[in-house]
Amino acid sequence: MIGNLPFVVCMILVALGLWTLVAKRNLVKLVIGIGLIESGVNLFLVALGYVHQGIPPIYTYAPKDAPMVLPTPQALTLTSIVIGLATTALMLAFAVVIYRHKGTLDARKIRDLRG
Amino acid sequence: MTVVVRTIARVLLPISLEFGGYVIMHGHLTPGGGFQGGAVAASGLAMVVVAFGAKRLSGKKGLLSALESLGGVAFTALAFLGLGLTFFANVLAGAGGLFGNPVPYGVNPGDLNTAGTLPLMNWAVGFKVLAGLGAVVLLFALFGGEHDR
Amino acid sequence: MSVHAPILAIGVALLGGFAAPLWAKLHKTLRDLWVLLVVGFVGVCVGYVAVHVFTTGIWVYVLGGRSPQETVASGGFPIRIMLTVDAMSAFMGVIAALLAVVAFPFALKYIAEEEGKTLSLTLGLLLLAGILGMAYTGDLFNFFVFLEVTSIAACALIGFRTWTSRAPEAAFKTMLLYSVSGLLFLLAVAFLYGEYGALNLAYISAQLSGTAVDRLSLALFLGALLMKAAAAPVHFWAPDAYGQAPAAKTLLLVVNTQVSLYGLWRVLFTLYGGILDAPVGWLVVSLGLLTMGVAAFMALVQTDLGRLVAYGAVSQIGYMLLGVGVGLVALSGRPDYGLVAMKGGIFHMLNDALTVGLLFLCVGAVEWAKGTRDLRELGGLGHGLPEVALCFLVASLALAGIPPLNGFASKILIYEGSFRLSPILTALAVLASILLLAVFARAFQGAFLGPRVEVKATVPWVFLVSMGVLVVGILVLGLVPGFFVEGLVTPAAEALWRGRALYLAAVLGG
Repeated sequence: MIGNLPFVVCMILVALGLWTLVAKRNLVKLVIGIGLIESGVNLFLVALGYVHQGIPPIYTYAPKDAPMVLPTPQALTLTSIVIGLATTALMLAFAVVIYRHKGTLDARKIRDLRG
Repeated sequence: MTVVVRTIARVLLPISLEFGGYVIMHGHLTPGGGFQGGAVAASGLAMVVVAFGAKRLSGKKGLLSALESLGGVAFTALAFLGLGLTFFANVLAGAGGLFGNPVPYGVNPGDLNTAGTLPLMNWAVGFKVLAGLGAVVLLFALFGGEHDR
Repeated sequence: MSVHAPILAIGVALLGGFAAPLWAKLHKTLRDLWVLLVVGFVGVCVGYVAVHVFTTGIWVYVLGGRSPQETVASGGFPIRIMLTVDAMSAFMGVIAALLAVVAFPFALKYIAEEEGKTLSLTLGLLLLAGILGMAYTGDLFNFFVFLEVTSIAACALIGFRTWTSRAPEAAFKTMLLYSVSGLLFLLAVAFLYGEYGALNLAYISAQLSGTAVDRLSLALFLGALLMKAAAAPVHFWAPDAYGQAPAAKTLLLVVNTQVSLYGLWRVLFTLYGGILDAPVGWLVVSLGLLTMGVAAFMALVQTDLGRLVAYGAVSQIGYMLLGVGVGLVALSGRPDYGLVAMKGGIFHMLNDALTVGLLFLCVGAVEWAKGTRDLRELGGLGHGLPEVALCFLVASLALAGIPPLNGFASKILIYEGSFRLSPILTALAVLASILLLAVFARAFQGAFLGPRVEVKATVPWVFLVSMGVLVVGILVLGLVPGFFVEGLVTPAAEALWRGRALYLAAVLGG
């Protein structure tokens, strides 16, 4: 049970991010909420690859016959981080444009499209 | 920004670009690679934007756009190189030419001349990320702060 | 070279997207020619793949291996990313290529130069590459990557007109939803990877047993893909998004939604096909009915023509969910009516793409000619734009399911299949159809009928050619549906209904 603790922490992060999306009104805070969910999922992916007493999966000057952690989840996490970067940049750019039009970042006051 | 900040930025920009290039170049041996090295180099660009102001750098937008497109085209063209076997096949690895040394098994000191198309793809991705992130920071600085003055 | 056709379709679209800004720096006409060349080449590749798959069988292409068929590595475990094109994937590819070939010439004329035409063409090509990637891939994480590529490209296209205040708002809301959907999908893939140590769809499908983590992943997959496919109750991004994007690019957004729906079928039928039970099917059926009803009712009160058509598009997603959902409910016993309903649902994907595509092109033409899309200000355009009025009429009748147009051909299959499951489903679906007919009749009357009104600009011949191609498609599919149902739709439906064993055998070998 104690071995599952990293996964529980990641799920708490994801839950916090989802709560932020629902409860907050400022557009930048919504972007931060997405960032929290992303961090939770990325941490979960990296934690999946753990091998007991493993070393980083690099052969350069590695100690002999040591178990290595799985490298595939690290590649998956890297891809996810890059995608998160592009997403955050796009959402912040749109937040800037909305601010220039409306003068406010409150999601309840920007409801032009309704119904 | 003051003279001190600008002087330090002038000194640190080549160092950060070179460190970014080192991370990109050794991506197949040590942690790093295209995206990570590009992000490190782009942080140097961000430092320059903060120190000198965005207006002085606004002429570089066309250069950044061209560099980004070149990086993307280079990556896809390198993937097309393997079409004799399959798409994305690594035809340069183990072939003896550029980046063609065979990789020794087990623990080894790490030979830079190995891994075929991987370092070339790392450079393509590194340039694309550097140009992309640099353009994002520059454009946010140019267009984001107009209401404050 | 033709053995590489599936990956060439995706790779050339990517290369075209990256190279378009470089051509634009040389000369604008070179960029236009390059885009047309790339789209034409992608169309030819997709057509070749479709013909090969429909005649010969599943096409597996391994990326980066010694040979394209080297699926299983030396340990007996598939480690490389591979494209697995079965009949359903080839069908989705055909829909995407057809709409792209129609949309890009329209976009070349529609989007003005100073509005950032190069950017919109690059984003459109990247979106097309992502859609084809999602349709062809046989690897779960690769599907996630292409899902995010389409999300980012689609949202950038939605918020393209940054000088208005509505487009960035629609783009922000849509990107928020797409991000959450993509991250939930990634969480599900992470759970399955942690349990089975593989990312290949066929390998995981062979290993799945009904543990709690598997069911949790199923719930996350359902949530993520239904959000992206604009099913009620999370459909509210679609009217904003379809209404604010430039008209030609909305066609690609419609295909984006449909290929997310294809992803849902792939996960439910092929990945979870061995352990699926009926409540999932009932969930899909009820969400389909909810989508139909909500969208039809919301369309009644719209004054913006683009938003009205967008609600019509969302309601058609309900028909696809209903048709294939009936197939899901009937999956365990496999009675005949399940296959009939699935054929209707899948055929409706093709018909809906043509119909809704034509409607959005008409809306684009109206906006070009008059400068506004508000139904309270439009009127009497039937005199100045007779061809556009005719196209809008044909498309509205097809959407409402009037014979002898293509909407009727697919809807009768859906009604027939769902009637045997429960007559209430058919009654509600028919009611929604009637409601949509009323909505579109009002739209047609508001925009095109009435005394003659002056138009600002005439409609270019490129627009008329694009719309004409779609009208011909609608009429042909409506008048001779049997040929297309037997040749295109039945293999695709069979690939989902009974084809899981063939899919696994093609990848994992015998």
